[in-house]
Amino acid sequence: MSATTVTGTAQAAAPPRPRGRWLARLKATGLALIVPFCLLVFWDLAVRFGMTQLIPSPYEVAVYMVDFAWGGIWDDAFSGTLHIHLLASMSRVYGGFVLAALVAVPLGILIGRNETVRGLLDPFLQLMRPVPVTAWLPLSMILFGLGARSAFFLVFLGAFYPILLNTVFGVRGVEKRLFEAASMLGCSPSAQFFKVVLPAATPSIFTGLRLGLGLAWFVIVVGEMTGVPQGLGAVIMDGRTLSRTELVICGMIVIGIAGYISDRIVVMIMNRLLRWSPSHHG
Amino acid sequence: MAELPILDVRGVGKTYELNGLKIEALRDANLTVKKGEFVCLIGASGCGKSTLLRIVAGFEAPTAGEALMWDKPVTGPAPDRGMVFQDYGLFPWLTVRQNIGFGPASRGLPRKVVKETADRFVNMVGLNRFADAWPHQLSGGMKQRVAIARVLANDADMVLMDEPFGALDAMTRERLQDELLDIWQRTQLTVLFVTHSIEEAIFLADRVVVMEPGPGRIASEHRIELPRPRDVSSPEFNEVRREMSARLHSHHARKAA
Repeated sequence: MSATTVTGTAQAAAPPRPRGRWLARLKATGLALIVPFCLLVFWDLAVRFGMTQLIPSPYEVAVYMVDFAWGGIWDDAFSGTLHIHLLASMSRVYGGFVLAALVAVPLGILIGRNETVRGLLDPFLQLMRPVPVTAWLPLSMILFGLGARSAFFLVFLGAFYPILLNTVFGVRGVEKRLFEAASMLGCSPSAQFFKVVLPAATPSIFTGLRLGLGLAWFVIVVGEMTGVPQGLGAVIMDGRTLSRTELVICGMIVIGIAGYISDRIVVMIMNRLLRWSPSHHG
Repeated sequence: MAELPILDVRGVGKTYELNGLKIEALRDANLTVKKGEFVCLIGASGCGKSTLLRIVAGFEAPTAGEALMWDKPVTGPAPDRGMVFQDYGLFPWLTVRQNIGFGPASRGLPRKVVKETADRFVNMVGLNRFADAWPHQLSGGMKQRVAIARVLANDADMVLMDEPFGALDAMTRERLQDELLDIWQRTQLTVLFVTHSIEEAIFLADRVVVMEPGPGRIASEHRIELPRPRDVSSPEFNEVRREMSARLHSHHARKAA
């Protein structure tokens, strides 16, 4: 038998030529920018024609954003402080997220693999899951006090459930056929955990991590309502109290961008690790 | 003294319980397979052919009788009996080479030996160009070649095949049948092959075991004496096929009456 007996063609298409790829990327970016641009125009027109007195125009927000980031325009308490707040929020988001992942992934694997652990924990966790993070706020402030620890806990809670549930789902959803294949090839049941269960569950675990990180950014504002002096959530709360809407909008934009960038990073890692999975080329 | 058979199935039966209902999938199956023999199990769905194969593989325990491999009872899946599934059962996160090297790696062979073995069998099934491809990038025929190669790479004494070419198009199926026979003849493999195609069974097998449903059981055995390589369009082949077909249908006619 020689190589000429190969039938069919590999479905892996050759990468498109560089120029074609750039053009495609440009087109995708252009397409993605249409809706934000229209919204921006609408916002500007709405302010210009006096539909609202309380919201500053996009231009004013842009100017303020520059001041917020580098200072030198208004020079008030918030000028040039963006990096401080961003770093404070990032440390809570990533800290809470990493802690959630460290607890939820092993726990999810245990629940997925062990009937007793599942019977012990699953009903309780299902019961706790619908309780929104906002509802935990008062209790969290009692338990962890006013400040960063409370914020950290709330972010942890927000990221925890999606990671846990997707891990359980991934571990339980491993095709039976793959266990049969591994065992007839001489892979012992204990070795199958690392050779079959974990790799088969990685796509689901990553989906959970991605959702969890998204939710961590999502709840950061709530988390920073607990009276922390720094953080993007704190900036938004301060902006509200001081009726400085441009500050609120700046905080929203920064959270959006930071959340987007961290999601892209997770997706990049995921695409790299899950090259084998046809459904993970996001 | 008779030669020790590689596989000896003695009075094997399997009864499932489904919602309190007892379902007899297989009754009193007796079958011996000699080393190097190519045996096909054939029959309509529900005749227990896959059940019998899965019992031999060790995926399911019989409720009666026992299956002996080299005179030792089968207690579970082991690398001496490699299985080729209809749906391939490849590990999607491993490349072609890694899939083929999975068995040797699981047995703890040194990395270098694993790689050499894998490369040799990648070569054997003609997938050199795809050694580093992932399963989702392969066609069905290529996936099934990988599945066959990983069993061979693991030094299986016996290859169990559960309708392995059932999901492939006719052209690919014929080509893989040829390749399988080629490998079988070169390596003196023992094959137990489940199919529902009469033509496939006669083309491949030294011996065809006909099974019938309700409850699943072995109905008859037929030695195929046609010289190899067999020509499916020859009058002799058609003669055997007609005979076998009549026999299969008479089983069903009797059942229906």
